[in-house]
Amino acid sequence: MDYDLILRVYPFFLQAALVTVQLAVLSTVLGLACGALGAYARLSRMSVLRFIGAAYVSVIRGTPALIQLFILYFGGPQIGIQLDAFSAGVLGLGINIGAYMTETMRGAIIAVDKGQVEASRTLGMSGWQTMTRVVLPQAARLMIRPLGVNINAQIKGTALVAAISVVELTYTAQRYIGSTYKPFEMFLLAGLIYMVIIYVTGKGVSWIDRQVQIK
Amino acid sequence: MGLDFSVVPEYFDELLLGSLWTIAIMLASAVISFFGGILLAVIALYGPALVRYPFRAFSFVFMGTPLLLQLFLIYFGLIQIGIDLPAFVAGIIGLGLHFAVYNSDIIQAGIMAVDKGQHEGARTLGLSKLQTIRKIIVPQAVRTVIPPIGNNLVALLKDSALVSVIGVTELTLTSQLAISNTFRPFEFYVAAAVCYYVINLGLEYSLRRVESRIQVSR
Repeated sequence: MDYDLILRVYPFFLQAALVTVQLAVLSTVLGLACGALGAYARLSRMSVLRFIGAAYVSVIRGTPALIQLFILYFGGPQIGIQLDAFSAGVLGLGINIGAYMTETMRGAIIAVDKGQVEASRTLGMSGWQTMTRVVLPQAARLMIRPLGVNINAQIKGTALVAAISVVELTYTAQRYIGSTYKPFEMFLLAGLIYMVIIYVTGKGVSWIDRQVQIK
Repeated sequence: MGLDFSVVPEYFDELLLGSLWTIAIMLASAVISFFGGILLAVIALYGPALVRYPFRAFSFVFMGTPLLLQLFLIYFGLIQIGIDLPAFVAGIIGLGLHFAVYNSDIIQAGIMAVDKGQHEGARTLGLSKLQTIRKIIVPQAVRTVIPPIGNNLVALLKDSALVSVIGVTELTLTSQLAISNTFRPFEFYVAAAVCYYVINLGLEYSLRRVESRIQVSR
């Protein structure tokens, strides 16, 4: 182990970690939006929307995220979509995790007791009111933990964008291996930073979960 | 540059071979992840504290870092300490270990769900502790957790695309090679996505068959 080297390069790794965090945050926000839309489509009364929702989930979950990123970044220009690597990364990762979040959100909404819906409708609430005032507040509590699992996977998933040359943590580790020939040290350093990010995020999700539970 | 999918059929043989490699890598790492998962679960639950804690740290590290990083570490990092693995062996080991840790979590839950009376009954009948675990507890535990392990297998198939980055010529790298000949990334990545999707459909179909067979024999 070359500790001097680690001490010399760690500031650059922290800078790269910032990019990883940005990627994770932006793509998670996009993923939540895609997930909400997807869940809405999958639970819709219109069969066209249901089909679109199901197709989105099936195609995205049935193919590797790496291939999706490649189609977007390398294939995009052919169909007139020219993105820089970072934007392509955020967009690709967001759309990808959105499919998983669709299923998480749909599951939580379905898990709310049917009697709740029937009671609200009997009391004269419209379908929209039932959804926004009765079902969603209960479903939101159920979905926080599983969404936390999705986000955990997403943080690790950001490493994929190293393959489309976004200078984030994994890419930085690769680059320093090229110049120092010390793969072990570089990857341990990067791994440690990933673990810290995931640990902190996990604690944050647990904290939110505790705040919204009914005691 | 417009789209022209007519170049894809010319590379049909290559893509087929790449798909077969992807399937082979998936199956090999699935075997490692399944038995490795059982081994890790048994050690985590029954092992002496001296072994248990290092294994828990091992799981924590593997669950807390990206698979891509682990693949790099195994492939490039082990060279540093004198172990030079061929890329596809490193890929299989990396995928296998990564998912073994995830499977172990599930199998631990399965083992804890096995009725305590089974353990006591087996010990009363004179089976040793190891025999009880191997012949009574684990077979029942594994049977109940086949569906979530199947989900991990689906994830493993998709993550096998990552081994292209360390130079294993499976489906993803095959399509990249075709792209470097034809300069048509969109067409070939879509073709690769279709191949993955088809393999995935086959995998999910087989998993459903396995699940229903297990339920009948219960």
